[in-house]
Amino acid sequence: MATTLPKTDVVLIGVGWTGGILAAELTKKGYQVVGLERGRGRSTSDFIMVHDELRYALRYDLMQDLSKETITFRNNDKMRALPMRQYGSFLLGTDLGGSGVHWNGQTWRFLPYDFQIRTMTEERYGKDKIPEDMMLQDWGITYDELEPYFDQFDQMAGISGEENPHGGKRSNPYPTGPMKHTPVMTLFKEACENLGYKPFTQPSANLSESYTNPDGIARAACQYCGFCERFGCEYGAKADPTVTVLPVAESTGKFDLRTHANVVEILHEGNRATGVRFIDVQSGEEFIQPAEVVAVTSYVLNNVRLLLQSGIGKPYDPKTGTGVIGKNYAYQNMCASTTGFFEEREFNVYAGAGSLGMCVDEFNGDNFDHSNLNFLHGANIFLGQLGKRPIQNNAVKPDTPSWGAKFKEESIKYHNRSISFNAQGASMPFRYHYLDLDPTYKDAFGNPLLRMTYDFKEQDNEMSKFMASKTEEIMKEMGASEIIVMKEKGPYNIVPYQSTHNTGGVIMGDDPSTSALNSYLQMWDFENIFVPGASAFPHNSGYNPTGTVGALSYRAAEGIDLYLKNGGSLV
Amino acid sequence: MADQDKKDPLLEKRTSRRSFLKNSGLTVGGLIVGGAVGTLIGRETNETTTTVDPKKAPTPQGDGKANPNAALMFFTPNQFDIANAAVERIFPADDNGPGAQELLVAYFIDHQLASGWGMNAKEYMSGPFYPGEETQGYQGSLNRQEIFTVGLQAIENHSKEKYEKSFVELSGEEQDAVLTDFQDGNVEMKGVSSNYFFNLLRSTTIEGVYADPLYGGNANMAGWELKKYPGHQMSYFNMIEQEEFEVIEPKSLSSQHNH
Repeated sequence: MATTLPKTDVVLIGVGWTGGILAAELTKKGYQVVGLERGRGRSTSDFIMVHDELRYALRYDLMQDLSKETITFRNNDKMRALPMRQYGSFLLGTDLGGSGVHWNGQTWRFLPYDFQIRTMTEERYGKDKIPEDMMLQDWGITYDELEPYFDQFDQMAGISGEENPHGGKRSNPYPTGPMKHTPVMTLFKEACENLGYKPFTQPSANLSESYTNPDGIARAACQYCGFCERFGCEYGAKADPTVTVLPVAESTGKFDLRTHANVVEILHEGNRATGVRFIDVQSGEEFIQPAEVVAVTSYVLNNVRLLLQSGIGKPYDPKTGTGVIGKNYAYQNMCASTTGFFEEREFNVYAGAGSLGMCVDEFNGDNFDHSNLNFLHGANIFLGQLGKRPIQNNAVKPDTPSWGAKFKEESIKYHNRSISFNAQGASMPFRYHYLDLDPTYKDAFGNPLLRMTYDFKEQDNEMSKFMASKTEEIMKEMGASEIIVMKEKGPYNIVPYQSTHNTGGVIMGDDPSTSALNSYLQMWDFENIFVPGASAFPHNSGYNPTGTVGALSYRAAEGIDLYLKNGGSLV
Repeated sequence: MADQDKKDPLLEKRTSRRSFLKNSGLTVGGLIVGGAVGTLIGRETNETTTTVDPKKAPTPQGDGKANPNAALMFFTPNQFDIANAAVERIFPADDNGPGAQELLVAYFIDHQLASGWGMNAKEYMSGPFYPGEETQGYQGSLNRQEIFTVGLQAIENHSKEKYEKSFVELSGEEQDAVLTDFQDGNVEMKGVSSNYFFNLLRSTTIEGVYADPLYGGNANMAGWELKKYPGHQMSYFNMIEQEEFEVIEPKSLSSQHNH
């Protein structure tokens, strides 16, 4: 028997970046917000022992317990989907702050081209440029409309950086200056300049200097300790929800955070959500939390699963091309991985930060002419100095065995004498790349797992080869004596780690027949459900998603406020 | 603690950790976020009055005798001997420094197998089980304890088949040949391919070389010294821009916990 709790204005399903931003913004406006987090609470003091590569990077201490819940995967619908039994290609965060705790802090704004990608591609290259099965669509909002929300995220998190010569217009400069430059970064920068590019310092949520944000939250500068990705920050220097937006929500007295609260269903009557059903995973008790507005704020994959499981929205059917929930699943084309060996020089690469790097955007978005190319969009080419940890990094020259004396000798010799970088490519949506419920495999509560159908396409391979020609050129200019470049892409393989940038499934747009959400992240057919997050992306850009996720969350917060005041569809 | 700081070339540049915190622009006094760092400062203040720290464990010794951690949680002695011989071939002692045996890597593997990881506790192990495509990852029903049990036995069987000797009695070259057969997937194994087992053995060996010594391997942090890796350090703020390579004496997490 479920216990029904008192009704609240807004209930959040998951408390990471999207939930945290909504919690801060809506409690400041006076609304009662209940945050349901399936994991435990977190604070910086949990991370005193965080400089532990084995525990965090290889045993996935901050990640979801896959024994309780995972996804199933297949490359295409001719294959039988099988469970992702172990971590590999991407990592699913859990606990308070979610993926916002274990991220690197690389904070981008998607390009103006991204938001109007179909319109602008057709204008420049004609309708025939877009392959028939590429489900490219405009986002229902422009960069200029979204800019104030990008700015809000930047100010809140204290993003460090310098102007991107190819980026959209900014209303304000970065609130903090760029991160420090290491010799490796300088080498990359000079090489890019020699080649006629305009390199710039990667925008960073690691915080280059002490900063107090508009909410009065003060944070300390990054110490370049080299433990960001897969780790939490013991200094609170890396912006994460637990050191930025959640303390603000808490200080209002209007935020009720419940940890260990796993939402299993969004309850609804007709086309209106009435609240959520959740299980306290410590006691096993079941609760119903009624709410005026339900905000679906978990990770991309869970957002999709929860909607499908709750019978909310029309599931996408790739055969007919109708329905929207699960549509346009996209990923990230991490490609052109390039390693250079430097015989004469050792670099202090054990030091670093998650978002310490230099990059060029000449070949991202539509910043270059695609007339004679067999792919659309592009990639951000970036060199990051993240802190080179010894278990995961064992660069050796080609034809070196993977074990034994020669392996040992080379992996030691080149640990500080090799440099790697790659290109972070956009991922285009395709008709048969989608998410639905698995017919066979179940989670710990007996609910179906989410099924992912996805593969790399010729688009990805063509982009990879193009980017590899550019990265190789840069590495040569940097003076490497020997270079390894990954040019071709094989099929998508869920085993090697690539990127935790899963996108789509509950996408925004300007047409209810092709999208699930309007430009306020409000569901077209359930006006009191809002779904901010990367699940709203109709495609993924050549950047990390969090900056754009943040902007969409501020936009959704405004939408929820408008909805609670006026009701109805906001568009 | 003060003595340790003196030995540390990075911290030596500063007068103390506390002044480093000030120099690097940390404003700790303020808000919510001082938590973890604030705790450290508090601890340091206490330390000035502490002369003997009873929590400090004896330094693990490479001979496997003085170190209470060098005992078995999972392996049988026979399994340990096979694993101990195999890891040394994967990461052998040479002019560069110690190999996997001296770094106590087989103890590391033993302890890891005894943990939840050895039983795939946080991984999806529910059926039905089907052989998948390579792109779908591991689809077997054996956990790591079972894989090692089957795999070490298969190494022994294969050695006897090939050379009529136990694996531990083979020459280095012969051991390499046996392991190569596993790497190439040429050995029949129950429940899992020999190639899968080999890759698991290899990756776990490398973990044991470079993981924090608190897990039982990387004895005396000598694995880190091979790569000139400094382990756990509080900050590189003052040297992140530095041109010259700097070798910093490594520190393990026990220095953080027991300081």
